[in-house]
Amino acid sequence: MLTYLTLIFACQLLGELLVGALALPIPGPVVGMVLMFVFLLIRGHVPEDLGRVTAGLLGTMSLLFVPAGTGVMLHFHLLGEAALPLGAGLLVSTLATIAVTGVLMAWLGAERSDG
Amino acid sequence: MGSLQNLSETWIYLSASPLFHLTLTLVAFQAAAWLFEKGGRNPLLNPVMVAVVIIVIVLSATGTSYASYFEGAQFVHFLLGPATVALAVPLYRQWHVVKRSGVAIAISLLCGSLTAIATSVAMAWLLGATPEIMATIAPKSVTAPVAMAIAEEIGGLPSVTAVLVILTGIIGAMFGTMVLNACRVRPWTARGLAMGTASHGIGTARALQVNETAGAFSGLAMGLNALATAILLPILWGLVFR
Repeated sequence: MLTYLTLIFACQLLGELLVGALALPIPGPVVGMVLMFVFLLIRGHVPEDLGRVTAGLLGTMSLLFVPAGTGVMLHFHLLGEAALPLGAGLLVSTLATIAVTGVLMAWLGAERSDG
Repeated sequence: MGSLQNLSETWIYLSASPLFHLTLTLVAFQAAAWLFEKGGRNPLLNPVMVAVVIIVIVLSATGTSYASYFEGAQFVHFLLGPATVALAVPLYRQWHVVKRSGVAIAISLLCGSLTAIATSVAMAWLLGATPEIMATIAPKSVTAPVAMAIAEEIGGLPSVTAVLVILTGIIGAMFGTMVLNACRVRPWTARGLAMGTASHGIGTARALQVNETAGAFSGLAMGLNALATAILLPILWGLVFR
């Protein structure tokens, strides 16, 4: 267990280092995800202990957004002033994005992913 | 009497310690998760949103600042990075499906990414938002660290963008299933890709609860959309607003 927890942290650390060194426009953890993916491709399967560690992390992933979400209290004033454009913008745009992406992917991916 | 005074002194000490706010975060989330289950998994009772509401009420009632709350909550927040790395596992397990539909993924993601940018800016503009607010909302579908960097680059307010990103995630998690059902989008691949493109990690967390294929595609879309928006948005912004 500890081995794979260490591997996860190491991937993130290496990701952060690469982002800093190469001035990449994506966050370190996303690069870390790519590194972990490459590890799995080389390994050829998901080790049982790694599966357990990641299941633990991903099973409670929603919780991890709560501290950042609570940051809403810092901006009540501005959010109140621009409530209409921000609220309508977020709602319409998020729903439209889900619809466009989902419909396109279902349509374009249909003939191939049915098999 | 003496023990009561000890208790209140201990309370004053503990309420300022990181442990209190860490525990508050966990308790609020579990209460929210319990409510979500009790309410028949009604999307309007999204656990992230309910937990945030509970915590904001507690902090306001006790006159606690966000900064001192975050001293405790940062330990939870920190795990976001490792959890993102962990998304490689569902992605690897679904890799055979991803490989087969590379072109479909690329086109859907690109169109989704452009929709996210164009509709948010257009709606804000139509409803009289300032250019600063438009720049703040434009990267809202992308995972927080990237969105904040983009907002800064195009003249928005990064800390407000972080909040809009979270709200976008919550909106996607709340209404995503409804929209996808209304549009008759059935394949888990498409449902996951849509959730991850529109509402990053919170959408992905939601997709993972429903189906592993959807979770893998959502995690993939989250990473790819971060990359696409980071490259596209500053270029588009330069073309349209300068």
